[in-house]
Amino acid sequence: MSSAIDLAVAALVLLGAAFVLIGSWGLVRLPSTMERLHGPTKATTLGLGALLVGSVVFFQGKLGVWTAHELLISVFLFITAPISANMIAKVHLHRMRTGALVEPESIAGEPPAPAPDVDWATFQAPRDGSSASTAGS
Amino acid sequence: MRALLPHPALSALLFLVWLLMANSVTPGGIVLGAVFAIVLPRFTRPFWPDRPRVRFNRALLGYALVVLYDIVVANFDVARLILFRRNRDLRARWLVVPIALDTPEAITVLAATISLTPGTVSSDVSADGRFLLVHALDVADPAAEIARIKARYEARLLRIFA
Repeated sequence: MSSAIDLAVAALVLLGAAFVLIGSWGLVRLPSTMERLHGPTKATTLGLGALLVGSVVFFQGKLGVWTAHELLISVFLFITAPISANMIAKVHLHRMRTGALVEPESIAGEPPAPAPDVDWATFQAPRDGSSASTAGS
Repeated sequence: MRALLPHPALSALLFLVWLLMANSVTPGGIVLGAVFAIVLPRFTRPFWPDRPRVRFNRALLGYALVVLYDIVVANFDVARLILFRRNRDLRARWLVVPIALDTPEAITVLAATISLTPGTVSSDVSADGRFLLVHALDVADPAAEIARIKARYEARLLRIFA
């Protein structure tokens, strides 16, 4: 029984470490900022998830206690990862528009405008009363 | 009841998170959790001026399962792209996704979901709140990808935030 738990924990930790490594490798090798964002938002999520499940299995199997912190860590990760990716993307868009880009331009180039008379919220204040505005009514 | 708990879902969430943080169910923890569940929604009321109704229905459960499944698939997809695709073969594209959701909360959930799932990162929202700018790492057919996002995530969110 104990060795089965050891095996499961080892497998989960190895899987997690592999995904975190791949995510970080993606951050290094992909060609520009927008592509690089995909490494840490995706591959690292599952990597950390596997490490956390490994931690739950270890504490339950070895020490006989249930821990809930791992669940919270993954919830907070799911909340914060898209927000930081969004902030980095917005800075990148801004620097692309103002010509202050120091890194190579994305393969995708400049983003298209959403509609003829509207721009993205990075460049244009969200319109009052629209769902992009958080001013409330 | 409404006067004591103006935002029942937030109260329940705070109570649950507090017990999970304490990692034990003790009388003291329950009392403190209850205090937070009652006090914090009052203090944060200015942050959710016109909060949308969230329906706790089958669509919500289905959405959670679909997103969790897609996150796992996304990780393998992106890992494969990182390891085996040459940079010059990457078909990175901007996608402009028209959105029918009409509350900031629902759009935020959609944007976060897009960022966590296969090969897409949501980058911006249009100033009128009707389009999302999404960067896709590798798409063959942008129109099909947009349709997939709308059918798989937005249609379910429309049933949850109604």
